[in-house]
Amino acid sequence: MAVVTNEPVLKVAGLTLHYLTRQGEVKAVREVSFELARGQSLGLVGESGCGKTSIANCLMRLLPDNARLVAGQVFLDGQDLLPLSEEEIRRFRWRRIAMVFQAAMNSLDPVYKVGQQVVEAIETHGVETTVAAARERVARLFRLVGLAPQLMERYPHEFSGGMRQRAVIAMALSCDPAVIIADEPTTALDVIVQDRILRELKTIQQELQMCIIYISHDIAVVAEVTDRVGVMYAGNLVELGDTAEVFRAPLHPYTAALLSSFPRISGEKRPLATLSGEPPNLIDPPPGCPFHPRCPHATAVCREEPPPLVSRGSHWAACWHPLDATLSPMGQADASR
Amino acid sequence: MENSGQGPARRDYLVAVEGLTKHFPVTRSLFRKPAGFVHAVDDVSFQLERGESLGLVGESGCGKTTVGKLLVKLLEPTAGGISFHFPDSAAGGAAGPVDAAAIKGRQMRAFRRQVQMIFQDPYESMTPRRTIYDTIAEPLAVQGIGDVLDRVGRVTDILTLVGLTPAATFLFRHPHELSGGQRQRVAIARALVIGPSFVVADEPTSMLDVSSRTGIMSLMQELAGNLGIAYLYVTHDLAVARYMCHRIAVMYLGKIVELAETEELLGNPLHPYTRALLSAVPVADPDYRREPPDIRGDVTAPVDPPPRCRFYDRCPRATTFCRDNPHPPTEEKAPGHWVACYEV
Repeated sequence: MAVVTNEPVLKVAGLTLHYLTRQGEVKAVREVSFELARGQSLGLVGESGCGKTSIANCLMRLLPDNARLVAGQVFLDGQDLLPLSEEEIRRFRWRRIAMVFQAAMNSLDPVYKVGQQVVEAIETHGVETTVAAARERVARLFRLVGLAPQLMERYPHEFSGGMRQRAVIAMALSCDPAVIIADEPTTALDVIVQDRILRELKTIQQELQMCIIYISHDIAVVAEVTDRVGVMYAGNLVELGDTAEVFRAPLHPYTAALLSSFPRISGEKRPLATLSGEPPNLIDPPPGCPFHPRCPHATAVCREEPPPLVSRGSHWAACWHPLDATLSPMGQADASR
Repeated sequence: MENSGQGPARRDYLVAVEGLTKHFPVTRSLFRKPAGFVHAVDDVSFQLERGESLGLVGESGCGKTTVGKLLVKLLEPTAGGISFHFPDSAAGGAAGPVDAAAIKGRQMRAFRRQVQMIFQDPYESMTPRRTIYDTIAEPLAVQGIGDVLDRVGRVTDILTLVGLTPAATFLFRHPHELSGGQRQRVAIARALVIGPSFVVADEPTSMLDVSSRTGIMSLMQELAGNLGIAYLYVTHDLAVARYMCHRIAVMYLGKIVELAETEELLGNPLHPYTRALLSAVPVADPDYRREPPDIRGDVTAPVDPPPRCRFYDRCPRATTFCRDNPHPPTEEKAPGHWVACYEV
């Protein structure tokens, strides 16, 4: 593969995805764009139903039958994945882009030995040609994720939750992908096990210079493991920037609300912000900014016009009244607010 | 029992738990003797005052949910006792303490009026075919409180209280028409409609999104304050416990290893397990470098555990003394700060 260092490994442009339901067309993902450079990690945060997992399924081309790709491109190594046939996508899925699912319990077949399942993945994708070589590779992967190679001969029920999650990570790594999508990889685990797995994933990512997309509702996990973070609301990516920047000085009022509604165990005990209302119905989303019905700063323009992008370097948000008033598209009037 | 729990009996206690123990048999076959016993809860003692909220935290399998179920009498203890000291105004309530083991048959109904539970999953804890009114009014019907008109009034009031307004628009909806946060509000309404003095809440916010979670958390705090309800708040999330609880008890493999006022426990953790647990919680500050928790190995199931400190195998400070002696007694190391560790 030709290596052009400055080209993003993954480039998502204008991704728009709807689900056809009996009640109507659910606008699950609306014009989402982002890029990932080699070795970079991105966190996608937001409440359930905001479209994070839909984006992951889109990138993997694992969409249910009622999904309709309305627009957009997903470039992986410069190749647009979305127009590819089912046959062609197999050269990419798992080999170039792999996924760690939320329920590790359900990702392993209970009647086969764990090692055998990873060997099978490797053979299916033709990464190794002989069984012996494939087994050797699995043993290496097991060591990489912190499992003793002898555990290859065990069945999933003999594994604890943390061990299963490690095995699923080993499986995702088995074909040496450029991008791994981790959908709530540690949500079902206790904090001490979560800590170990996140540390291991980070080390592996840095060693292999992989891209990881972490999908999580836990903003503290995202703060610790990602370089960049994207905040999603009602199918829209409303803010994207370097993780440190977004946490230090969020631009979008939704991001700020999300950050201040998160209880922390250290530091001063501050009252938690409560966001009133519920996320909008995506069959008939509100006009203008999707967040305006819940936004404390909303004005007439927010209810009518879709918000413009405002940016501070590589950190941007889609908002009429960003929290950094000097960036306000409304001009001085808003800045003096 | 080396120590009978957390200090001299508080005069105003609502619940006193003494040496509470629950063992579950490990069966290999229906006809064989159990292969061993899981010591899910082992000699646990604590007290709860009226209107107080106590957090019970720990990892999965530590026995925190079992303690909750024992307190609401969904399970019967293997050993030890629970006594309740309900307010005198309680319906049919005799003055003076009530031994939970003695509550049987007809007294159970009066007990349920005082002690309620809120479950983790608002999707599974409600009958899908019943309306919100049916769900919330059921405890009233069971208790024989009021006639139908009166019940509609009570249900409307409690819906307003838990923030489902206008209440009339919710009365005849079904659970599937509500969001997760709204369902959990219904579950709270159902638990509170008969005016209990003690509620066990088992991870009531862990299935909810952040924005509805804060709403539920502040609602529960508000209600506890206004109605004087005592909570046992079972959770794995220390940050949530910080906001919800006056005191926190940390459990490890069936034992309470540390118990203190919330800020004292978080700011000055003494037990090595509490320290590890606290240092494993991710911090929402990208500039902060968190050290890995100081703990070895993995959690094991407490099947017939050896008679030493439960945390011995994983403890970074374990000594030969810890190996050769029984599980350490719970001692008051600072005022109101109880720890079970030889090395503190």
